[in-house]
Amino acid sequence: MLGIIRQKMAAGVSPVMRIRPVVSALRSYSSAVKEMTVREALNSALDEEMSADPKVFLMGEEVGEYQGAYKITKGLLDKYGPERVLDTPITEAGFTGIGVGAAYYGLKPVVEFMTINFSLQAIDHIINSAAKSNYMSAGQIPVSIVFRGPNGAAAGVGAQHSHCFAAWYGSVPGLKVLAPYSSEDARGLLKAAIRDPDPVVFLENELLYGESFPVSAEVLDSSFCLPIGKAKIEREGKDVTITAFSKMVGLSLKAADILAKEGISAEVINLRSIRPLDRATINTSVRKTNRLVTVEEGFPQHGIGAEICTSVVEESFGYLDAPVERIAGADVPMPYAANLERMAVPQVEDIVRAAKRACYRSVPMAAVA
Amino acid sequence: MATSLYSPTKFVNPLFVNARSHDKPLFDPLKISTSFLGSTHKLRPTSLQINHPTIHRRSAVVAVSDVVKEKKVQSSSNLLITKEEGLELYEDMILGRAFEDMCAQMYYRGKMFGFVHLYNGQEAVSTGFIKLLKKEDSVVSTYRDHVHALSKGVPARAVMSELFGKTTGCCRGQGGSMHVFSKEHNLIGGFAFIGEGIPIATGAAFTSKYRREVLKEADCDHVTLAFFGDGTCNNGQFFECLNMAALWKLPIVFVVENNLWAIGMSHLRATSDPQIYKKGPAFGMPGVHVDGMDVLKVREVAQEAIGRARRGEGPTLVECETYRFRGHSLADPDELRDPAEKAHYAARDPITALKKHLIESKLASEAELKAIEKKIDEVVEDAVEFADASPHPARSQLLENVFVDPKGFGIGPDGRYRCEDPKFTEGTAHV
Repeated sequence: MLGIIRQKMAAGVSPVMRIRPVVSALRSYSSAVKEMTVREALNSALDEEMSADPKVFLMGEEVGEYQGAYKITKGLLDKYGPERVLDTPITEAGFTGIGVGAAYYGLKPVVEFMTINFSLQAIDHIINSAAKSNYMSAGQIPVSIVFRGPNGAAAGVGAQHSHCFAAWYGSVPGLKVLAPYSSEDARGLLKAAIRDPDPVVFLENELLYGESFPVSAEVLDSSFCLPIGKAKIEREGKDVTITAFSKMVGLSLKAADILAKEGISAEVINLRSIRPLDRATINTSVRKTNRLVTVEEGFPQHGIGAEICTSVVEESFGYLDAPVERIAGADVPMPYAANLERMAVPQVEDIVRAAKRACYRSVPMAAVA
Repeated sequence: MATSLYSPTKFVNPLFVNARSHDKPLFDPLKISTSFLGSTHKLRPTSLQINHPTIHRRSAVVAVSDVVKEKKVQSSSNLLITKEEGLELYEDMILGRAFEDMCAQMYYRGKMFGFVHLYNGQEAVSTGFIKLLKKEDSVVSTYRDHVHALSKGVPARAVMSELFGKTTGCCRGQGGSMHVFSKEHNLIGGFAFIGEGIPIATGAAFTSKYRREVLKEADCDHVTLAFFGDGTCNNGQFFECLNMAALWKLPIVFVVENNLWAIGMSHLRATSDPQIYKKGPAFGMPGVHVDGMDVLKVREVAQEAIGRARRGEGPTLVECETYRFRGHSLADPDELRDPAEKAHYAARDPITALKKHLIESKLASEAELKAIEKKIDEVVEDAVEFADASPHPARSQLLENVFVDPKGFGIGPDGRYRCEDPKFTEGTAHV
């Protein structure tokens, strides 16, 4: 049974997934839909992939006896033993390199960074040893490895723990970069990432770990996988396209609800895949709605929004009826104080305002310093 | 100033374990638990040391030079090699030297470009270690990797074409001088960043152990050699990997090619304690110092270290005192090194030393050695001709091999998404 979900979203309905199963069984709708947190989704994905392939192993700080710094790897040490769930010393550069070396020789490591911020200490190996090796060796040395961890802002963790690296990794040829939002995304994309023969950077979000999403039976099947490089239209609309990834998808959906009450029908695209970017879906959507708002949590300069805007300008310029609006985090290191942090991260109101600007429903605002 | 650096000292040599069979072998105490990976009860057993007055530290620090020299004087048949081995070593070193000299020529003629780092003078280390390996053992190198590749068995033609940037090179011209990879010969790079190869080598050793213990391939005893320089020994990744390799008892040998200079930075100016071999015992593995200009001494130490790794006794740190006769790279004017120092090491040229030894111990005649030199000259000439005649890469090669998926992006060879292919989702887990 193929694990692809096809969906139909009725516009304006709250974002519960309506699934059309491959074997049509209309009876099994809302009552059979289970809820699953993103944490459980990731845990089950890791569990199933480790069970299916003995070459998959985990390594990272606190993944074993501590059950995972964010409990993503809970129970896996007991199940698979210390040879396959490695607690490493605090040596990102060293153990990431060891993971890459193991991948050179055919194993499939899943390297966990306690937060993707710590991957900065290992970035040489992610980029120079992992991403570039297949190219430099002309195909002799594929590197099947997954680097995962929570990315972007959490709550009050300060500047060094809140940086979003989607744009950094998204610019490197040879890497695939994924950013899941819901539990379905988390399961499907992580399984696809582990099975993928190339290096994948998997950007999770700490605030989403505890959030629950409904999942269908297909998602729970152990062969479920999502395609890498395809975005998902979370909500269809016809007036403005809003692109987002990770936590911002949730905010965009809430903004879409608010906009719907004011008569603006917003189409929300969950990017899922930062690299490769699903330019086809984005452009098709913009050609339909003629207006675009990009939403991201990271810093604005050279960010994901900048790339999407350029892509749309290059391919669908004639279809744009308004300038592209870009919502990003404030161009400052993340402050600690709660009220300042709230100002530094996009909120639902910001997305609503940007959508209205794109629809010329309000007076354009001057650029904020 | 460099000559008195390694004052020979009579340390206990853990490698010659048979000489001390009545004592506990020095690094036994570290072999406590059979659990593969670091778990919380792995301790440093200081109590066991107290009964052994000859042990200075947890595992001994060794300066092999004098010990070996003594043994050589007493019984020269101890160190050595048969005639075939001797000729093999000689041929390999001559190949390394001739190849590198040809590289220099080709560079100045414009056939080679970019960064080229030559290995002249250090051949004893490469030959001494790599010729003891099996084909399945791995070698991880740095940007000074041409001779490691040749010693490991990569054909001279393939390496030369790679340096010329031709499509017949071992990496189809996409890697270049600093990125020589050969999956077939298990030569993994070729890394431009110093210290980058060390964790990769540790990972390769990890895989060997994983395959044996988790995947149950009982005969997998592959050893990995990591080559790097003195400058790298101050880098964080080096220490991180010494720690993890010793912690998890990985089958790896860390080979330091200490040529005393990191571009223009003298090792003594950069390092608080210049005796690198002492850093091994700090992490729980034997640290050995050997004269890297003498291929037979290197070979003997290598034999023991590789044997240790193969038997599952864990890593070793081997510091080879060697010297590079040319500059750091062909772009380096090499003005900072003292001519007297260069002369001192030139007099200890490993090739001349081996030649002398072979002739004096009647293992080979002058004529045979000359024949080998001539043969190697032809091999190198042929490599250059082959590389010259080879085509440049096709323009379409630019976009190839970025991903394993030929079309990238999770799209398999048949043009459809991999995850839609039922076989991709095979191996359904039993959760």
